[in-house]
Amino acid sequence: MDKIACDLLCTARTMLTPHHALLTLRADEPLPKVSPGQFANVRVAGSPATFLRRPVSIHDYDGAATVQLLVHAVGDGTRRLCELQVGERLDCVLPLGRGFTLPDTPLRALLVGGGVGVAPLYLLGVELVRRGCDVTFLLGGKTEADILRREAFEAVGRVCLTTEDGSAGTRGFVTHSPAMGERYDFIYTCGPKPMMQAVGRAARQSGTPCEVSLENMMACGLGACLCCVEKTTTGNRCVCTDGPVFNTQELIL
Amino acid sequence: MPNLSVSIASLRLKNPVLTASGTFGYGTEFAPFVDLEALGGFIVKGTTLHAREGNDYPRMAETPSGMLNCVGLQNKGVDHFCTHIYPTLRDLDTNVIVNVSGSSPEDYAECARRIAALERIPAIELNISCPNVRQGGMAFGVTAAGAAEVVRAVRWAYPKTLIVKLSPNVTDIAEIARAVEAEGADSVSLINTLLGMAIDIERRRPVLSITTGGLSGPAVRPVALRMVWQVARAVKIPVIGLGGICTAEDAISFIMAGATAVQVGTANFLDPRASQRIAQGIGEWMESHGVESVEEIRGVVS
Repeated sequence: MDKIACDLLCTARTMLTPHHALLTLRADEPLPKVSPGQFANVRVAGSPATFLRRPVSIHDYDGAATVQLLVHAVGDGTRRLCELQVGERLDCVLPLGRGFTLPDTPLRALLVGGGVGVAPLYLLGVELVRRGCDVTFLLGGKTEADILRREAFEAVGRVCLTTEDGSAGTRGFVTHSPAMGERYDFIYTCGPKPMMQAVGRAARQSGTPCEVSLENMMACGLGACLCCVEKTTTGNRCVCTDGPVFNTQELIL
Repeated sequence: MPNLSVSIASLRLKNPVLTASGTFGYGTEFAPFVDLEALGGFIVKGTTLHAREGNDYPRMAETPSGMLNCVGLQNKGVDHFCTHIYPTLRDLDTNVIVNVSGSSPEDYAECARRIAALERIPAIELNISCPNVRQGGMAFGVTAAGAAEVVRAVRWAYPKTLIVKLSPNVTDIAEIARAVEAEGADSVSLINTLLGMAIDIERRRPVLSITTGGLSGPAVRPVALRMVWQVARAVKIPVIGLGGICTAEDAISFIMAGATAVQVGTANFLDPRASQRIAQGIGEWMESHGVESVEEIRGVVS
């Protein structure tokens, strides 16, 4: 799989909430093919507290030279990323990691996202629909304002919501949604670890194959430093290169 | 064009830039970003006689201008290296050096013996300074007697170029360097990581799974430079300097302190192109300063 290091030009920035930015970034040359679930490892300039690159899921990819990253400002580094200005350049290494398994035949898929974890599910949904799949997005948050990119998801497939305060969709966690009780051929999930664990357990109970996207702390992003390992049924494996997507069967949930 | 080549015992490097063990995988991970043959060489991940799972996650903590790690020598063992990794590296026109670790002098020696059989591996780097495993590392490297014991055992087993990687977690690093030189080491590399720690105050727990870890990155560079300078004055064998080198200027400062070659480590994480950029930058600096060979500037700061 090809990967490159290059300075991407910021061509647009949209603040989705005060803490979430959608960055549109364009390379000077066509990018290597991006597969849903892959990520970019981003260098943050002007933040002394941010020594290492920050791994960020690729939210969208136009098939040529443009990608979109959805960034949640949690620390100084990601806050700086959210402040990136149109016309500035961002040093990225991409596309990295092993993405979601894509079916060869149309199937019924549930894509469960929480918080900024919805980021990789957009490109995944688009690709699944292109392959003729029936796609349901189940998006969860504390409150309605936490549901990111709702209209964009609605343009791709069916969207079901849950919020902890009941301000949108079903009150509670994603596992409380009626959509969770339906039959699917495949479940994909990305979000907070307790959410993914709950979805993974539900998938196991119903015998549905399930993939999760992990976000362990990383240094190199290339499988060299062995810092981001996750304990699996076959020993410690790198989230950056063996993942970030793993089948729940491989994980010790 | 200035002459960038340097020698370490029978090793010939086309330029003084190597990459540090544990930061460059098996080289192939960086092939999309670096022309591996444009480097003086690279040092592959710490290898032990038997496979090791390493420590639990979290193994890394970001710190000001650096990072802590406690990977703990995760690797699939020397036989896996010989059978599966070596064939992917053997045809490269550069020096591929294997970092060797163990938990007893016998372990180290047996691991070294198996690597000695690999025709295209011209040297090993003996890791007597890993701070992250209870046995097999720093315990040997922190006393002159312990360091000498391991080097003696490996020297018998290993006829090619033997580099010994020193721990900075000692009172007098020059004493350790002299001890390994006396046992027949061909070169010393320094520094390995400095033992450190980080605490998550909200959880009231250490950040790292085994509490402590090794600090690397520019944060350690002044300490590393001072130690390289001290050791270069204390031994006759070539010194390889490392510790937070991120630019060609950093590398040149280590050479001026007495290093024959340098290793680029943590900088590989910040920019996967760093090693080649530094090698090229050294050449450009030499050219613009009228320096024709690396020897001309080596150890000029006495």
